[in-house]
Amino acid sequence: MGKKVLMKGNEAIAEAAIASGCLYYFGYPITPQTEIAEFMAKRMPKVGGLCLQAESEIAAINMALGASASGVRCMTSSSSPGISLKSEGISYMAGSDLPCLIVNVQRGGPGLGGIQPSQQDYYQATRGVGRGDLRLSVLAPNSVQEMASMTCEAFDLGDIYRMPVMILADGALGQMMEPVDFDSLPHREVPEKTWATNGHGGKRKKNIINSLYIEPQVLEDSILDRYKRYDTVKANETKFEDYMTDDADIVLVAFGITSRICKSAVNACREQGIKAGLLRPKTLWPFPSDKLREIASHTKHMLSVEMSMGQMVDDVRIAANGQCPVSFFGRTGGMIPSTEEVIAEIKKIAASLN
Amino acid sequence: MKTVFEKPKALSDVPFHYCPGCTHGIVHRLVAETIDELGIEGNTIGIAPVGCSVFAYNYFECDMIEAAHGRAPAVATGVKRTHPDKVVFTYQGDGDLAAIGTAETVHASTRGENITIIFINNAIYGMTGGQMAPTTLPGQVTATTPYGRFRNIQGSPIRVCEMLSTLDGVALAARVTVDCPKNVMNAKAMIKKAFQNQIDGKGLSIVEVLSTCPTNWGLSPKEAIQWLRDNMIPYYPLGVYKDCDTREVK
Repeated sequence: MGKKVLMKGNEAIAEAAIASGCLYYFGYPITPQTEIAEFMAKRMPKVGGLCLQAESEIAAINMALGASASGVRCMTSSSSPGISLKSEGISYMAGSDLPCLIVNVQRGGPGLGGIQPSQQDYYQATRGVGRGDLRLSVLAPNSVQEMASMTCEAFDLGDIYRMPVMILADGALGQMMEPVDFDSLPHREVPEKTWATNGHGGKRKKNIINSLYIEPQVLEDSILDRYKRYDTVKANETKFEDYMTDDADIVLVAFGITSRICKSAVNACREQGIKAGLLRPKTLWPFPSDKLREIASHTKHMLSVEMSMGQMVDDVRIAANGQCPVSFFGRTGGMIPSTEEVIAEIKKIAASLN
Repeated sequence: MKTVFEKPKALSDVPFHYCPGCTHGIVHRLVAETIDELGIEGNTIGIAPVGCSVFAYNYFECDMIEAAHGRAPAVATGVKRTHPDKVVFTYQGDGDLAAIGTAETVHASTRGENITIIFINNAIYGMTGGQMAPTTLPGQVTATTPYGRFRNIQGSPIRVCEMLSTLDGVALAARVTVDCPKNVMNAKAMIKKAFQNQIDGKGLSIVEVLSTCPTNWGLSPKEAIQWLRDNMIPYYPLGVYKDCDTREVK
């Protein structure tokens, strides 16, 4: 273990990005993620990198697209309304097989919504942001340490599978301070970017970065190829944390900051003799469906706890496939469920099981 | 046998999809000749967004990126800022550059991005079949202005070079056309200057090329050239609106 540094979640993402060799950041201010841009503005010039404030979220994602196309590691970050604006560019990146880290430090919506933490962009992140038949690799940290480590994982995943990767955080994770160890960050070998449009130099044929295929059969073939890659991601990169689900009667499913509240609730319930457990998806796409299906075969009830009106619960239901009842509890609009509220919900379910 | 004329090496040896009489072909050639003469093909990245030139990635032999509608200057920013030693150009139409991509155009310009923009102004949306462009002339009939463009309804056309010439980051803003050999030669000179400016690190250079769209104007290629002379040039005067080489240094 190395020396730990006390840091905000947003700053941890920025520092870890630089540690991962990302020297290009394109952004636009929006609460509650602006610390990423401010941190980058301070640090990048000192490490020979570039932090460029764009005229809009749209421009920022397209600058990132250009940087990624030409073969460098780059990132952009925003919060919910800004991610809506970036959606077009994210879709073009997916269609052009470009890696890029996109950070969403979610806030309450819809519309301008609020500035307090939320998980209301789950659908947007996992259901083909921009426009359809595409996937992002979506990582869901639940601590400042994971904000850092998942940033490193995101860059490697993007480069290995040639796809945009999203970190789906929230305002609480972005703003809170925790100790971070930067010495034990993950690192994987990644392939050389022979596809990059960085000038052929007379040494190879020209490279083209493109998402346009006017012949339907060619377009379908390109999508089928991409989905084969997505299958590999599903097989190799599905991550979750299993907390006492083996003997649990009631299994909570929660990601991000909500998972920490749920863990406290599970501990409190266990002390009171209620066999609760928690399955925390660390990747929202690919979603740990196989694990949840297995849990559903032996538990009595699954409860999805989210800071929304219930979005991930759909994926939990699909995974459970009718093997056990699935219900939802959550707060929305920037409200964070309290441990007591979650405990009360678990007890209600426990009472109905007897 | 002595070769007296050949296709520029930077231009791919494939058929263009452009309509007969469209001036895209001439402008493509001028850009390719410039790339050849400057010897920069292996060092150049071109960006063509949505519009009639969206397939330009098939026509130039340098590395190419196809961008979203209007976003080429932002994409070019990303390429150039990460590869300042490379030559980066965008090739954009009027709807792309002056309607949906106005913000990207203006801000790349004001940042003085060291890139080259080739801007095709034919006063109409070509690829979608002849709708009003931001540069459609007053009174001009298009598919979405069937009774003509009215100032009180659709507003007035944008004069891009004049607008961008007010921005400090712009090194060159020039309007040319390709209606006759003399003007083609002048257009070539401006395009070459726009690339040379980038090599010399002078900032953003934009060359606006008044172009024809015979198909969507409903004219023959010859009539279209005359229509351009009679209608477009009076509204969009040819000339150099900004040139950092002739500007007095304060």
